[in-house]
Amino acid sequence: MDKAIPAPRRRLSRFNNAQRTDFWQIATLLFALLALLPLLAITYLAFFPEENIWPHLISTSLPKYVLNTLLLMIGVGVSIFLTGVSTAYTVTHFEFPLRRYLEWLLLLPLAVPAYVVAYLYTDLLEFAGPVQSALRSLFGWELARDYWFPNIRSLGGGIMVMGLVLYPYVYLLARAAFLEQSPNLLEASRLLGQGPFKTFVRVSLPIARPAIAIGVALGLMETLNDFGTVDFFAIKTLTAGLYDVWLGMGNVGGAAQIALTMLTFVLLLLALEYFGRRRQGFYQSGARFSHRRRLQLTGAFKWLALLICLTPVVLGFILPLLMLVNYSIIYFDIAWTRRFEEYALNSLLLSCTAAIIAVGLALVIAYGRRLHPNKLMLFASRFASLGYAVPGAVLAVGVIIPFAAFDNGVDALAREFLGFSTGLLLSGSLVAVIFAYVVRFMAVSIGAIEASFTKVSPSIDMAARTLGHRPRWVLGRFHLPLIKGGVLTALLVVFVDSMKELPATLILRPFNFETLATHVYQIASEERIGESALGALVIVLVGLLPVIILSRSIDRSAAMRQ
Amino acid sequence: MPLPRPLLQVKNIRCQYDERTAVDDVSFELQQGTLACLLGPSGCGKTTMLRAIAGFQHLQQGEIWLDGQCVSREDYTLRPEQRQLGMVFQDHALFPHMTVGQNVACGLGDLSKKARNSQVLSMLERVGLSSEMARFPHELSGGQQQRVALARSLAPRPRLLLMDEPFSNLDVELRERLGLEVRDLLKDTGTTCILVTHDQQDAFTFGQMVGVMSQGTIAQWDSAYNVYHEPNSRFVADFIGQGVFLSGEVLDDERVQTELAILHGKVPKGCGVGSKVQVLVRPDDIIHNDDSKLTARIVARNFRGSSYLYTLELESGVQLLSMVHSHHDHKLGEQLGIEIELDHLVVFPDIA
Repeated sequence: MDKAIPAPRRRLSRFNNAQRTDFWQIATLLFALLALLPLLAITYLAFFPEENIWPHLISTSLPKYVLNTLLLMIGVGVSIFLTGVSTAYTVTHFEFPLRRYLEWLLLLPLAVPAYVVAYLYTDLLEFAGPVQSALRSLFGWELARDYWFPNIRSLGGGIMVMGLVLYPYVYLLARAAFLEQSPNLLEASRLLGQGPFKTFVRVSLPIARPAIAIGVALGLMETLNDFGTVDFFAIKTLTAGLYDVWLGMGNVGGAAQIALTMLTFVLLLLALEYFGRRRQGFYQSGARFSHRRRLQLTGAFKWLALLICLTPVVLGFILPLLMLVNYSIIYFDIAWTRRFEEYALNSLLLSCTAAIIAVGLALVIAYGRRLHPNKLMLFASRFASLGYAVPGAVLAVGVIIPFAAFDNGVDALAREFLGFSTGLLLSGSLVAVIFAYVVRFMAVSIGAIEASFTKVSPSIDMAARTLGHRPRWVLGRFHLPLIKGGVLTALLVVFVDSMKELPATLILRPFNFETLATHVYQIASEERIGESALGALVIVLVGLLPVIILSRSIDRSAAMRQ
Repeated sequence: MPLPRPLLQVKNIRCQYDERTAVDDVSFELQQGTLACLLGPSGCGKTTMLRAIAGFQHLQQGEIWLDGQCVSREDYTLRPEQRQLGMVFQDHALFPHMTVGQNVACGLGDLSKKARNSQVLSMLERVGLSSEMARFPHELSGGQQQRVALARSLAPRPRLLLMDEPFSNLDVELRERLGLEVRDLLKDTGTTCILVTHDQQDAFTFGQMVGVMSQGTIAQWDSAYNVYHEPNSRFVADFIGQGVFLSGEVLDDERVQTELAILHGKVPKGCGVGSKVQVLVRPDDIIHNDDSKLTARIVARNFRGSSYLYTLELESGVQLLSMVHSHHDHKLGEQLGIEIELDHLVVFPDIA
C-alpha cells in the first residue's frame, strides 16, 4: 500500500514560494521586526507624544537645526565628492611616484573617527595652538584682533574635519567604477576628438556617477550620524538638538520628533543610494580590464598628481596619527590608569558581544534567504539591514522608548501581583547598548556573509541535501567552512564599528559606565586633549584592522590585473 | 502480465516562480532501471522539473509519486534529504573543503565506519579513482571531478539519480567518452536516471527515453530513435537534428507530391487528400548520385571531416541540406546529382 501522507501544511502567503514555514523563515522575519522596532517606536512617539512640542520646536529651534544640518551635509557632500573623485581618477588613470602605495593609503582616514580629528585639529589650530603661535611670533602679532584666522570650531571646521575622514567612501566606490570602465570606451572617446579632460567629464564621470552617488550617500549617512564633532564644535545640527531636547530638557517626545525629522534626511539618502545601485547594473560591466595603461606623468604634472593624492592622506591620517602618538607618549602616565584599563576592557567585551550576536543573526538571515529565495525574505533581510542608515542618536531614542515601555509594564505587573518593584530591567542596561550596536551594524554583517554565500554554488546545497543532510547541518558542515572568511570579516568589522560608536553609547550606557569612546569624548570635551590621546590612539589602531583587510583585497585585485 | 508500478510518476505538475510559469502541466512515467533524458533549449523548464523531482521546487499543481509514495503535491513537499535521491551537477558541486573520500562518504551517515569505508572504496573503484581518495577536489581534472560527483551520488544507493547538464563543462571528446562510461555504470548498477541537457548528442548517447521540452511542457516523450525520425511536431523536428521542410500536396493517405518526387509513407490523419503539407527532409535523406537526373546547385558547403554538409538550391529556389561523403569534393556553384531516399515520411499540415 502507499505510505501515509503527512498532513498538509498551511500556506504562509502568496509571496511565499516555499509554502513551508520553518525555523529559518520565522527567525528571519522576527529579527527583521526587532530591527524595525526602534524606527516604529520613534514614528509612533513622534506622532503621539505625551506633550506635543511640534509647534514649539518649529517656532524656535527646529529651523536652525535643519538649516545647519543641511549646510553641513552639502558642505561635506561637496568636499568628499571632490576629494574622492579626484584621487580615485588620479590613481586609476595616471602613473606617478608612490602611486601603488597611495592606492591603499588613501583608505586609511576611514580608521579615524571624525571626533578624534576634530579634537586634534582644534588643538592644532586654536589661538594657543602651535600654528597660530608660530604665525604670531613670525609676524609679531600679539592679540587675536591683530590678525584674521578662521575659527576651527565652526560649521566650516566641521565640514573640513568630516570631509577629511569620510572621502574614502567616495574614493573606494569611484575607484572601483573607474577600474571597471573599459579602456576601449575612453579610447573611442579620444578618437572621436575629445580631449582627456572632456573625456573625463563626458564619459568617465557619467558612467561612474551611480557608484559616486552611493559613496556620497554613505558618507552623508555618517555625517548625519556624527555627534562628537558637532558637539565639540558647537554646531547646532539635528543631532546636537536631539541631545539638547532629550538630555537637557528631558523631553522624550521632542527627541522622537527631531529623530523623525532626521529620518526624513535618512530616507533621502537611502533613495540616493538605491537609485545609484539600480543604475549601477546598467552602467558597470563588473569586468576588470587587464590591459589598462596608465598615462605616465612627467614634470610638474607628476608632482601635482602626488600632491592631490598625498594631501588627504597626510591631513586625514598621518598628521592625526603622529599627534596621537606624540600626546600618548607625553601623557602616558596620566592617561594609563586602572580606570583606563577598565574602560578598554568594557569596550572589548561590549564590542565582542555585539559582533558575535550580529554575526549569529546575520548567518540565520542570510541562510534563511538562501533557503527561501522569495520576496518576503528579501524584504526581511533588507529591513533587518536598515540600521546602518539610522544615526546612532536616533537609534538610541528608538531603543529607549520600547525598552522603557517594557520596563514600566513589567514593573507595574510585578508591583500588582508580586508586591515589589522590578525597577529598570532593560533601559539603562548593557542590553540596550548591545541591541543598538547589533541593529546599527547588522548591515555590514549581513553584507559580508551574503557576499561570501554568493560564492558558494547553490548546487553545493542541493548536493548536500540530496545526500541526506538537514538544512542546519548543511550550514554547519558545508557552508561555514566555505564562508569562514566572510564570517571573520563580519565579526571584525562589527567589532571595530562598535568600538568606535559614540552617539548611541552616550545615551544608552548605564550610569557611570564608560567605554573608550565615551571616555575619550568626556575628557576631550573638558579640553584635556593630550590626555585623551591614548584612548583615541587605541581606537584608531583597532580601526585600522578592517581598513587593512580592505586594502589587501585592493592589492590582490591589483595583482590579478597584472 | 501487467507492467510493474512505475518508479517515478509525474502527474500534471505546474511550477511557478512568482508570476512566471516554468513548468506547465507536465506528466510522464519512468520504469525502474530506465535512463531518461530531458532535452530542450535553455529556459524551457527542464532544470525546474529536475528541482521539482528532487524536492527543491514546490508544485502549484499536480503530484509527483516516487516508488508508490506521494512526495510532492500542491500543499506538501517531502524534504529533499528524505527522498533518497542522488544528484549530479554541471559544476560538480564537490565540497571543496573535503577530500575525495570524505566527499563520497557524505551520504553514508547511517553506516558503520567500516561499512562506510568499504562502500567509499568500492564506489571509487567503480569510477577508477580509488587512488585519489586522499586528494582534494581542486587537485583533480574536470572529468575526474565529475566521476567523484557520480560516485558520491551513487554511494548511498539512491532510488533515482538526477543529473543536471553533467557533461556541459567538459570538452567534446571527454564528454562523449564519459557519457558512455556513465551510461554503462548506471546500467550495471541498475540505476534509474533522469539526465537534463540542452545537447542532443548527450541525449542520444545517454537516454533510452527522451523528453523534448519546450516552454514548460514536454513536446514529445519517446525513444531517441523516434524523436529523431518521427518527430510529432514542428518544434521537435526543428530542434532535433538538421533538416529543411519541403512544401507538398497530399495525393492519398500514403503519398505526398513534392517538387523533388512523390514521397511514400504514412500521411497523418489530419492531412486530407489535396491539402498542402510540409515534409521534413533530413540531410541524410538526400543522397548524392552523379547519375541522377535530378540536380541542384551547391550554394554553401561546410566541411565536417568525414563528410560535407552541402546546402543545395533547386531551380525553384528551394534549399535542401545534404550530407555527402567528404571524398566527393564538389565546388560551389556546381550542379550536384541527388536523389531522395526517405525512410520516414514526416508530414505536418502547412499552416501558412
